[in-house]
Amino acid sequence: MDFTPTEDRRMIGDSLRRYLAEQYPIEHRNKVAYDDPFHDPAKWAELAELGILGALVSEDDGGFGGAGFDITTVFEEMGRAICAEPMLGNLMALRLYAAHGEAGRIETIIAGAEKATFGFDESDTYGDLDSITTSASGDTLTGRKTVVYGGHCADHILVAAKSTAGKLGLYEVAAADAEILPYAMIDGAGAAEVILDKTKSRCLSEDARDAIELALDAGRVALCAEAVGAMDVLKVMTKDYLMQRQQFGRPIALFQALQHRLVDFSIEIEQARSITIYAASKLDADPKARALAVAQAKNLIGRAGKLVAEEAVQMHGGIGMTWEYSGSHYAKRLIMIDHQLGDTEDQLRTAMALSDLAGAA
Amino acid sequence: MDLNFTPEEEAFRHEVRDFLRHNLSEELATKVRNGRDLNKTDLETWHATLNSRGWLAPGWPVEHGGTDWDSVRMHIFEEECARANAPRTVPFGLSMLGPVLIKFGTEEQKATILPRILSGEDWWCQGYSEPGAGSDLASLKTRAIRDGDDYIINGQKTWTTLGQFANKIFCLVRTSTEGKRQEGISFILVDLDTPGIEMRPIKLIEGGFEVNEVFFTDVRVPVANMVGEENMGWTIAKYLLGHERTNIAGVGASSEALSQLKSLARKVKRKGKPLAQDPIFAAKIAEVEIDLEAMRMTNLRMLSGVADAQGSVSSMLKIKGTVIRQAINDLARRALGATAAPFPSEDVIGNYAIAPAEAASNAANYFNNRKLSIFGGSNEIQRNIIAKETFGA
Repeated sequence: MDFTPTEDRRMIGDSLRRYLAEQYPIEHRNKVAYDDPFHDPAKWAELAELGILGALVSEDDGGFGGAGFDITTVFEEMGRAICAEPMLGNLMALRLYAAHGEAGRIETIIAGAEKATFGFDESDTYGDLDSITTSASGDTLTGRKTVVYGGHCADHILVAAKSTAGKLGLYEVAAADAEILPYAMIDGAGAAEVILDKTKSRCLSEDARDAIELALDAGRVALCAEAVGAMDVLKVMTKDYLMQRQQFGRPIALFQALQHRLVDFSIEIEQARSITIYAASKLDADPKARALAVAQAKNLIGRAGKLVAEEAVQMHGGIGMTWEYSGSHYAKRLIMIDHQLGDTEDQLRTAMALSDLAGAA
Repeated sequence: MDLNFTPEEEAFRHEVRDFLRHNLSEELATKVRNGRDLNKTDLETWHATLNSRGWLAPGWPVEHGGTDWDSVRMHIFEEECARANAPRTVPFGLSMLGPVLIKFGTEEQKATILPRILSGEDWWCQGYSEPGAGSDLASLKTRAIRDGDDYIINGQKTWTTLGQFANKIFCLVRTSTEGKRQEGISFILVDLDTPGIEMRPIKLIEGGFEVNEVFFTDVRVPVANMVGEENMGWTIAKYLLGHERTNIAGVGASSEALSQLKSLARKVKRKGKPLAQDPIFAAKIAEVEIDLEAMRMTNLRMLSGVADAQGSVSSMLKIKGTVIRQAINDLARRALGATAAPFPSEDVIGNYAIAPAEAASNAANYFNNRKLSIFGGSNEIQRNIIAKETFGA
């Protein structure tokens, strides 16, 4: 049993942390995250140069990482900076390309020359892959993918769609061939509606269900780690604020009611970190064990993230409500992570379905 | 990052499992599984069984009869014992006084007292809390006044767990009223046969007897019974409270309680179907299972970094561990519906068979385990400890 990160991962984490602290401070982040193009293309190129995207892919598939702990290393730092770059979409796309032997695409994405993402949700599916209506016909796709993370700046969009055989297939669409409606999300960073109307597509697989589930689970683990990073920062901000803010002639950190609330959310952050490590360790396990661990993790992250976000805003008082204060953006990110790739209740339903509870007495 | 146990650790787990299979009687395990009160013989039997294997005091140095287990092995041992429904060992001699004597005792104290703890000749209990000194322990008033080669003790201790089975008690007593309150406290060993001591049982919320009040009236105790110097009791008390933290989260016990809850939920019914299939109840179980899974990892993380484990880490484990255990107990009580109500007696469990035998004490256990967040430093005190470290104030 060893919880220390490998030397390689520590180096990636450290260099990413340093880079984001210097190049992606919160003022810059907020400047780029809410206005077109909802990220900073120059910084994306630099992240690629740093090798961050390569860390998300295994050596066999053209990268130098790809394990659960590589993903959490990168995304924890993304969370510390609430970085608005389209890492999540590219992570899922890279996993899907890797599952289908698309070495060429992986190479260009890792190099930062192209970006990609994965569109699966539709306005009526709420994450349920069985309800997807976008469908393939010949070499075209028709349908509409909603809130495609990073869809505002991707060159290629991988689309989950019903194949002609009625299975869940995976298709690649060039962004230039689709109608893209880009926008900022409420917590910053970009997404898009991707409208497909007999749009030219390339089939990667007529039955990509397993690969899609794995890519989504990788995305969930990434979001868990991102939340842990954001929670760590928000905790320090809150602690510092309590020590500095004076009311009734003393720092409000001296009030036990506030101390205990900070302690309670600190405990949940440690729990969140633990379950994220657990899920990351299971990312390459058999699909059922993986799906259970990931659902458990993201459920706890959803609960902990909401607690930390709401308590941080509350303990900051009015200042926590302002756009100008960086803590509010961390709180928003933590709340909205729960809306990505299945929320607290979705994860709980998954965990219940996979639990051994339903077995014989 | 490697979350697997080493082959050596797995081999150790099998060794423990094997030992438990051959040495823990089915009768005793059933009693523990069913949440029944253990009598003095039950506890002594298990104490002797572990002692004969040399596993009674894992936390002690080998020279005093302990093991050389690291914290991961301790964790594995605890997990396996809980899984097998072995009784918990009584901590007062093994986890509290033992380490204190090893650290602060004279050679003579170590040589005479430690072996008697292991052999079971002495059963120690704890004289810390007083009616007016709970969370604010330093306000304790039980007085020890020097008289020649003796101290004369007057006062009252309370919440003395299993004092009814004990022949010895270690006490915090006030030896000075000068200066800071903490600096006038001493740690002293008392024979419960000494004239002037009266032990009275306290009946607890669920009807059980596990704690007592102890009254001291002009009790004469030899000066040689003091541990450490006069007035250094607070240092010893703090050491004692900080010791033996590996098991504070109770992960093994909670895991076993959760697995019992699950099998109960498969057995009992609502609207003709197993409760396990009810989405509302199943969701509550799933949630506490997630919290426990995270806790298990948190515990292992803390164990693997024991070197930098500070006060606040064990406080964190204590808070979350007790809250999770209580949540499981709460569900285990509610799973029974109306059948949780009968007071668990031999008739109710053995003859009337109202609830499954292993669950008949669930309501009693729920009530009894409300103690978890109160004793050993209440969860509020633990929050104060963490806050003090967080804010440095």
